[in-house]
Amino acid sequence: MEKYETHEHDVLVIGAGGAGLRATIEAAHQGVSVGLVCKSLLGKAHTVMAEGGVAAALAHVDPQDGWETHFRDTMKGGSFLNHWRMAQIHAQESPDRVRELEHWGALFDRTQDGRILQRAFGGHTWKRLAHVGDRTGLEMIRTLQDQVVHLGVPVYMECTITRLFTEGGRIAGAMAYWRESGRFVVFRAKAVVIATGGVGKSYKVTSNSWEYSGDGQTLAYEAGAELIDLEFVQFHPTGMVWPPGVMGLLVTEGVRGEGGILRNAKGERFMWKYLPEARRHEYAVDEDEARRWVEAAVENRQTDDKRPPELSTRDNVARAIYTEVREGRGTPHGGAYLDISYLPAERVQRKLPSMYHQFMELADVDITQQPMEVGPTMHYMMGGIRVDPDTASSTVPGLYAAGEAAAGLHGANRLGGNSLSDLLVFGRRAGLSAAQYAKALASNPRLDEREIEREAGETLAPFERTSGESPYDVHRDLQTCMDRHVGIFRVQEDLELGLKTLATLKERARKVRVEGTRLYNPGWHLARDLANMITVSEGITRGALLRKESRGAHSRLDHPSMDPALGKVNFCVSRAGEEMKVAATPLPEMPAELRYLFEMAKEKVG
Amino acid sequence: MTQTMVESRPGTATAQAPAGEGQARSREAVLRVFRGDASGGSEVEYRVPVAPGMVVLDAIHWIQAHRAPDLAVRWNCKAAKCGSCSAEVNGKPSLMCKTRLDHFAQDRTISVRPMKTFPIIKDLVTDVSWNYEVNKRIPPFKPRPGADWRWQQSDVDRVQEFRKCIECFLCQDVCHVLRTHELKHQFAGPRFFVRIAGLEMHPMDGEDRSGFLKDHAGIGLCNITKCCTEVCPESITITDNAIIPLKERVVDWFYDPLRMVWRKLTGR
Repeated sequence: MEKYETHEHDVLVIGAGGAGLRATIEAAHQGVSVGLVCKSLLGKAHTVMAEGGVAAALAHVDPQDGWETHFRDTMKGGSFLNHWRMAQIHAQESPDRVRELEHWGALFDRTQDGRILQRAFGGHTWKRLAHVGDRTGLEMIRTLQDQVVHLGVPVYMECTITRLFTEGGRIAGAMAYWRESGRFVVFRAKAVVIATGGVGKSYKVTSNSWEYSGDGQTLAYEAGAELIDLEFVQFHPTGMVWPPGVMGLLVTEGVRGEGGILRNAKGERFMWKYLPEARRHEYAVDEDEARRWVEAAVENRQTDDKRPPELSTRDNVARAIYTEVREGRGTPHGGAYLDISYLPAERVQRKLPSMYHQFMELADVDITQQPMEVGPTMHYMMGGIRVDPDTASSTVPGLYAAGEAAAGLHGANRLGGNSLSDLLVFGRRAGLSAAQYAKALASNPRLDEREIEREAGETLAPFERTSGESPYDVHRDLQTCMDRHVGIFRVQEDLELGLKTLATLKERARKVRVEGTRLYNPGWHLARDLANMITVSEGITRGALLRKESRGAHSRLDHPSMDPALGKVNFCVSRAGEEMKVAATPLPEMPAELRYLFEMAKEKVG
Repeated sequence: MTQTMVESRPGTATAQAPAGEGQARSREAVLRVFRGDASGGSEVEYRVPVAPGMVVLDAIHWIQAHRAPDLAVRWNCKAAKCGSCSAEVNGKPSLMCKTRLDHFAQDRTISVRPMKTFPIIKDLVTDVSWNYEVNKRIPPFKPRPGADWRWQQSDVDRVQEFRKCIECFLCQDVCHVLRTHELKHQFAGPRFFVRIAGLEMHPMDGEDRSGFLKDHAGIGLCNITKCCTEVCPESITITDNAIIPLKERVVDWFYDPLRMVWRKLTGR
């Protein structure tokens, strides 16, 4: 085969968003050799788009807050399908991770007494999200990126990993190609951390970028790791619906955190109608109370008033908007109105500057004067690689995962703000564990030259074909399939049809043909990513078929209620030869001292 | 073909065509996109169906999906938050994701070329690695010992402006010190003056970057033509708020007679 370059590291981190950067920093601090690989340029990963804030019970604004409440909110938000231990670690460690960022130079917005300011978000009992206007992710990624740069860690930018190698069942390295030249790279590594994010590009209407093609989940799956909870796909309630080119683009939950009101085309404030009975007492009873809550937030003072109904959890708000539109009360472009224009224009521009510019420049809408039109958009994968809560280790020795690519923390639905804290808490743990594992490993795993050659051949195959479809056509049909059959509301027949279509798409993807050379060729890159998207999409669909209940983000019209028996299992996807196997595995049971936290608060577990 | 661009929301079936859309649907835009690599190239013309609100990056994606699957372009967020899709649209350094087609006259051809200041890789993609090398040399954030980590919002309003930078490198592209005089080896460029300003004006930072600014970043080469400020998609007032105050720091530190005596005496 052609010549390829080889690099050797103790720990190879794949993905340079928040989780990958935080893992890299921690592994480097352990004194091992670390390499960081990313598909884009450094600093462009999805974390940069995160807007609203990072959830941590710092209790700067609402002194009643603490890790116990954050833990309870996360479990309730996830319909108790979360791994309790991940939720506990996350709630306990996120304040330290946020303070650490500040000590690395991040500049969060301030309270009047000069500490990190926190804002309200859906499903969080107290004002909990540390933020920088509506560009929190940018501040985080720059801060982490600067740490990595000054630690001198080699960063392999615009480099795509196509396969993980194992030897005797444990991680041995990875195969990649440079996106620029199309040449191959082989990494020898004792441990690999996957931090590659989600799979939004399987859907047409999504807030995710091209990078989100389920690479990490597929790499792990192919290497023999288990994936869980794939059926739980978060549709963010507020994506832009107009104009067509920006359909799906995120409108931060921060708009509702700052007091944004949802109305249908008839002017009705519909969210009260959709509050689950069990949670209704957590929200304002009427417009007056909701208004008083917003006034208190604007004036930065404590209040006993409850939060507005728009701050319900994302799964619930997304279903509400979808239902309003479906029942004929949608806005002209098929969404709901989200209105923040009743607040002083100066405040809107200061707290939500990106949103102001986004709507002004892309939709000709001045959000200080007019309502926005918004609708659900595929945003986040709760499911992913099964990990051990304490070590972030997958079921394959030497393989670790953190961030969106990993599963367990968020259960059936993620609360806004819990993703940025997830990246920091579990990114750090993954980097730490991977470094410790690599240090303890006596011998370097060996790579098999034949496997390298086989992988190179497979990657180049689309160039060899003289006939075949364009990968863009297969991708478009995949997105249509997932939007139509595996969307917000699901039914058995649709899902079965989706699974059938996916089988055809898999065949078509195997036969795509690409034009041009290996030099920076997006069509070729897509051909490779496509296979990953289809693999994860199949997992989503299979999980959704088996989960004959509605829980969190997974809503089955044919099974509208929760089934307590299914609340005790995760659906676990793994590879059995060429087939995808799905099995129900028991959910770890919460220990008595944590159950007690719910009893104290007079809340039902499950 | 137009269908793919204006398709209504799958699932949310009630999307109605607003007034005027039918008219827009029949429109075509003519783009002349640079195709080529380090060995040379030329502009190739593509006719693209126009949907309401469409941006240049949408048109590039349409070309990829329907005409030229190997057309190279960088992009990520498509929301002006990541700074990946920088190019020169009709000669103006711009983010393709926020440059609307309807801002151009209907009969005018839109030229899309890669950033000129950086070496071309292919089509609209350039080699911006030099920027990452410059960044590595900037003395990092160093907290003042014993600092109290409390400050007011008013203390950070100014510095938060610099931290809005999305690293699109359009300011680097337009800067004549880099673009015309090609002084990359002597001059860090506006992006990194913004970064340094963000560090220097950080309320907790204790590092001094005056020497770096003068001797390594070449701040003296900037003659404040403000081209960088004009192209910044984040509206950072680069020249007035970052570069000029940094220039003043350097002048104060190195050329103020009292300071010069003080430095002689203290050896700093």
